[in-house]
Amino acid sequence: MTLKVLCLGILSVSVTLAGCSSMGVKPWERSHLAQNKMQLEPYKLDSFLDDHIYFSKEGSSGGRGAGGGGCGCN
Amino acid sequence: MKNRPLYLLLLVVLFLALGLSRAYAGQAPDIMINTDGQSLHLSDLRGEVIYLDFWASWCVPCRESFPWMNEMEKKYADKGFKVIAINLDEDKSLADAFLTRYSASFKVGFDASGRSAELFRVQGMPSSYLIDRQGNVVSSHIGFRQKDMQQLEAGIKSLITR
Repeated sequence: MTLKVLCLGILSVSVTLAGCSSMGVKPWERSHLAQNKMQLEPYKLDSFLDDHIYFSKEGSSGGRGAGGGGCGCN
Repeated sequence: MKNRPLYLLLLVVLFLALGLSRAYAGQAPDIMINTDGQSLHLSDLRGEVIYLDFWASWCVPCRESFPWMNEMEKKYADKGFKVIAINLDEDKSLADAFLTRYSASFKVGFDASGRSAELFRVQGMPSSYLIDRQGNVVSSHIGFRQKDMQQLEAGIKSLITR
């Protein structure tokens, strides 16, 4: 009984570990995903300025990585 | 041993799981290398030490690997060493644009289907395989960084002198 459980345990672990290694997009098929416009932050300067406005005018901090503020003076 | 079928199933799944997730080793698959104008089999190059590289135009570390591969082939060509780089771009014009910027003095093959990468179980870009004179894959490497160069060159050297 315990042996069966052990076997099932090993089985499920090995399937979980290796099962996803051959799924989805292959490494050489990532050309579209590698494009700049597919990145989370494609325009660094834009997101920096947005950040500054949020932080300075709206007092929202965190979430985008900026801290403090909201006095509208920066 | 009433649990024998279960054991067998376990073994099969374990082998499958290991096999699918492991990098390629053993005799190199005899892939077709289609360069501009000619095509040859990998096995035609038996007797030479081969550094087989899989790359694509959008792969950033590949830009760094090209000058290094040029240098390696120049350095060890007279000792029976060859660099073969297989491009895996779906759109060949992108590869051609890359090659005008980062010139290659070694042989470049084009495989838009990705079939050769499938056979070599490429797990990252770029991937390289070091093949000895008997056609066995001796080692493989994923990625390309400055600090990898020495180790890769040492691998090439050890195969050439063998």
